[in-house]
Amino acid sequence: MEALQYLVEVVFTICPSVSLRRCSAACPVSCAEAPLASRCYSHGKVETDEEFDSRWVTYFSKPDLDAWELRKGMNTLIGYDLVPEPKILDSALRACRRLNDLASAIRILEAVKDKAGPHKDIYPYLIQELKPTLTELGISTPEELGIDKL
Amino acid sequence: MLRLTTGRVGCLLARRATAAVTTSSTRMASKEVSESVDMSQPMYWDRVDIPLPDKPYKDVLTDADKSLKQKEKGPWGQLTKEEKIALYRLTFCKTYPEMKQQTAEWKTVIGGIFFFLGFTGIVIWWQSVYVYPPRPRTFDDEWKSQQLKRMLDMKINPIQGISAKWDYEKGQWK
Repeated sequence: MEALQYLVEVVFTICPSVSLRRCSAACPVSCAEAPLASRCYSHGKVETDEEFDSRWVTYFSKPDLDAWELRKGMNTLIGYDLVPEPKILDSALRACRRLNDLASAIRILEAVKDKAGPHKDIYPYLIQELKPTLTELGISTPEELGIDKL
Repeated sequence: MLRLTTGRVGCLLARRATAAVTTSSTRMASKEVSESVDMSQPMYWDRVDIPLPDKPYKDVLTDADKSLKQKEKGPWGQLTKEEKIALYRLTFCKTYPEMKQQTAEWKTVIGGIFFFLGFTGIVIWWQSVYVYPPRPRTFDDEWKSQQLKRMLDMKINPIQGISAKWDYEKGQWK
């Protein structure tokens, strides 16, 4: 009896994840939903889509964001396996406006169109959602400028 | 020292077959390149996965460019289409469609493959003429048939091998 208790203690100290099986069952699902910091810890907190979005919106909304931070943020965001939500792009475009960088704003639009890959309906949706911001800031889309063709 | 000849750098990733074939020594000898690029500074790259490179494409601005940059600080709605395109081209070399354009590089690759296969064929032919020793007589048909007959007469591998497949009564293969 004592030996059994000792064994259980040893098992639980060595493999703490054994006791938290329900979290690991939830893990595969959330890995698909929130691709970013959802490293599949069996016990760690998984970031939801909304948390991911709001984190990035906050990042680009920093009033004194500098050009390097804008570039770093955009390049990192494009590195993820997802197309950013319109609200993240809105925040990024406004950051471009604060930095007086129209070229980067247009480049961001090109980049998300490329990110959508074969899914041709994502980019028009994004433009439709961003239309108020684009007209407010005076950003032309690559299509309006004719640089989306060769 | 991190130096890169601008002959290799072009629109930084524009590959041309000539650039691939000429070596740096011939390029320097022909004085195509006048300056080298310091690779310890941030560089400009056209990459679809790095939308905003470390530095703008053109960092040496003419006066017209500088005045355009000043205008960029105001409302963007006041910029004309051409000005917006000019601002884009100041910061970036290629647009995404231009970056993703298909090149004719595959023709060079396939051509190179066939060239080297052909060269290998020539080497093999030359070897067969000048290097190989005379053909051994054991490869002649007459020798081989006599060899086989001797094997069958000796009943080589009679259980599961060659003699097992020979029908000794009928004098033919089974």
